[in-house]
Amino acid sequence: MRLTLHVWRQAGPAERGGFARYEIPDASPDMSFLELLDVLNEQLIAAREEPIAFDHDCREGICGSCGVVINGRPHGPRKATTACQLHLRHFQDGEQIWVEPWRAKAFPVLKDLVVDRGAFDRIVQAGGFITARTGSAPEANAIPIAKRDADRAMDAAACIGCGACVAACPNASAMLFVAAKVSHLGALPQGQPERYRRVVRMVDVMDAEGFGACTNHGECMAACPKEISIDFIAQLNRDLLKATLTPPREGRAWSGAA
Amino acid sequence: MELRAKVPEGPIQQQWDRHRFEMKLVNPANKRKYHIIVVGSGLAGAAAAASLAELGYQVSCFCFQDSPRRAHSIAAQGGINAAKNYQNDGDSVWRLFYDTVKGGDFRAREANVYRLAQISVNIIDQCVAQGVPFAREYGGLLANRSFGGAQVSRTFYARGQTGQQLLLGAYQAMARQIGLGAVRMYPRAEMLDLVVVDGQARGIVVRDLVTGKVTSHTAHAVVLATGGYSNVYFLSTNAKGCNVTATWRAHKRGALFANPCFTQIHPTCIPAAGEHQSKLTLMSESLRNDGRIWVPKRKADARRPGDIPDAERDYYLERQYPAFGNLVPRDVASRRAKDMCDDGFGVGPGGRGVYLDFRDAIARLGQTAIAERYGNLFEMYERITGEDPSTVPMRIYPAPHYTMGGLWVDYNLMSTIAGLHVIGEANFSDHGANRLGASALMQGLADGYFILPYTIGDYLATAQFEPVDPTHPAFRQVEAEVAKRTQRLLDVNGSRSVDSFHRELGRLMWEQCGMSRTGAGLEAAIGQIQALRNRFWREVFVGGRGEDLNQSLEKAGRVADFLEFAELMCEDALHREESCGGHFREESQTPDGEAKRDDHRFSYVAAWEYKGESVAPALHKEPLTFESVHLSQRSYK
Repeated sequence: MRLTLHVWRQAGPAERGGFARYEIPDASPDMSFLELLDVLNEQLIAAREEPIAFDHDCREGICGSCGVVINGRPHGPRKATTACQLHLRHFQDGEQIWVEPWRAKAFPVLKDLVVDRGAFDRIVQAGGFITARTGSAPEANAIPIAKRDADRAMDAAACIGCGACVAACPNASAMLFVAAKVSHLGALPQGQPERYRRVVRMVDVMDAEGFGACTNHGECMAACPKEISIDFIAQLNRDLLKATLTPPREGRAWSGAA
Repeated sequence: MELRAKVPEGPIQQQWDRHRFEMKLVNPANKRKYHIIVVGSGLAGAAAAASLAELGYQVSCFCFQDSPRRAHSIAAQGGINAAKNYQNDGDSVWRLFYDTVKGGDFRAREANVYRLAQISVNIIDQCVAQGVPFAREYGGLLANRSFGGAQVSRTFYARGQTGQQLLLGAYQAMARQIGLGAVRMYPRAEMLDLVVVDGQARGIVVRDLVTGKVTSHTAHAVVLATGGYSNVYFLSTNAKGCNVTATWRAHKRGALFANPCFTQIHPTCIPAAGEHQSKLTLMSESLRNDGRIWVPKRKADARRPGDIPDAERDYYLERQYPAFGNLVPRDVASRRAKDMCDDGFGVGPGGRGVYLDFRDAIARLGQTAIAERYGNLFEMYERITGEDPSTVPMRIYPAPHYTMGGLWVDYNLMSTIAGLHVIGEANFSDHGANRLGASALMQGLADGYFILPYTIGDYLATAQFEPVDPTHPAFRQVEAEVAKRTQRLLDVNGSRSVDSFHRELGRLMWEQCGMSRTGAGLEAAIGQIQALRNRFWREVFVGGRGEDLNQSLEKAGRVADFLEFAELMCEDALHREESCGGHFREESQTPDGEAKRDDHRFSYVAAWEYKGESVAPALHKEPLTFESVHLSQRSYK
């Protein structure tokens, strides 16, 4: 199949970017979208031009490295599918495809389609964990966990941290990402001691990193390749409200050692 | 050079306990004076970095990905083994130990494997405490399944995303330490060389993948947790970035490389669709619990699979291995699939595939039960192939997946360079010639959480350290060498892309040093690799600059190392004139085509020493003795 790509090229964080147009004369419908970029890069190298930089690693939809906006949609048109698992059979012969990086203040472009998502790591560092020093764990079956709770934790834990939720949100909010982690750990008995401190700290860092607020557009859930539900945002809001409205026994004013 | 494995004295059950007592401890107040570098942030690396920081050491962790959460451990699907015996089906530490030694075809060190089985139970406790959402029964207890040939249910899992959940547990434990300032994280940073001062590993030279800046980092000990080298085949189930660079550079600085020819070809991967294929996708082998593998009895049968009646299907694993059936170990399942396709019974494009059929399981258990077990895997398959496995059988074919070989380490997980520790897939230690399913996650976490944090303390407490800083001549020199090599790659300025060389190397290795190997083929391959390497350094085109984010340059460095490493792999495969586990020499097989070991000649670990460019590597042998598990020919009939 013949495709025309319009790809965002940007030499560096401080440079001006713009779309460049490329023709792919003979793509195969069985190619993944990233394989299409590989083929384009081979063309560019053959012409001694600089290939397009894009993040990718596992190419099986789990590492969360890849992520480009394809025709205005993060990870492209297919539901529950990362760009690496998107295949060209879902495009039309002769189609024009526009490819851009995630666009959000908190995700600065490093080069071409590569952005810096370090803000996500810093949010997790603030509280997205359960403190369980190696060696201190009790016997695994000592605390039974209802299957319903374990399943709910797993639903939230499926997040791959790709950032599509931020790219899809008109406010560039990271609420779905934060909510998924807060809900995963908060659904388990092991996560209770730090539950309210966790949500406050994570939300504080999220705000400080320059992500926008959630205004319930729901675009994040539609774009999420792992179909994380915005129900978890409601969960986050409940926990945050509890943590900040109740007396400072656990919430914002809590200042114990981590 | 004498290889000293340093296995403790005494009965195998007591060795680890005794060793933990005998090892020197670092005074708690002194721990913060020691700086440890961890390279790699997968299960082994992240677990080690978190645990070492919890103990009070200063830790720096480096990964080439944009976040430590993306290490390739994340892609492991099926599960993690532990000898908990929660199912009361007769499992024990001894049984897991026995299965692992036997499954590895008697080419692993017994003492290490026993320790692994012992520690397996602590891993599950640790992960549950961290909030890893393992599958549970309705009563709230942990669920288990039988996996990859095991006859007991000892595998713990989190849907089809076990690796992801375990990695996030370790990543979060490390994130906590980063937040506390105890771990310094360097993402998008690639280790390009090891610095050895007075015989001790004292640091690394790193390239910042965003700015291209090359810098030195000093430490008292270096830990490599840099994974395996399956990408030598270009097409493998590994992530695109997985590479041999860190271990290869350490090898060139004096660390012996053990059993490089021991590679695992995984039987259940989605076949390649065409020339554009950039990687292969694994379908968890848990699918073999309920799926039945077959090919048509008639060669080149063009009928749709659903139109072929049972009588005209060959369920060849069930036929050849009545006891284990579809659950034979990975190496056996892979070779039989290749045989079927070589004999013309294969299905799909190019006849490189066999069916994995869920028809009977769906009829027996219902669509819902199967969707509950394998839903996400079915979706993944459908996304890639456009076919729904609940109505059309999957097509699968073997693909390189895991490498049992790696840097040689002693019982303390230290390489032949003092202070250089190697953990997880990057070392050679526990899986012998074949790794059993759900054992990689176990080993990575055992090394990272529970072994290295003790053994590295013994090293730090007993070694003498001269102060070094990045201006030390040894660092200056290695930095200059790294910069020179990078410039050399850019200066070739030829006409062929890096990927085209990598593909060519991969095809060569798959043909000659893949699922089945011959002396003549390997000899030819060695010459071809040398020729390809020469062409690479004359014809490659990298483009761009060194002082910039340059993915072509990153790949070029990795492929250049694969082009050197591949030769050692073939040398090792050539010298090992026996078949064992994943290493199948056609010259050494039983009359019915099964692998034939030669314990008399080859019951040893082959550890290779680098002797310089264009000089043959030197072979050192660590003899393997089996006192607890009786040496026997594997049989799964």
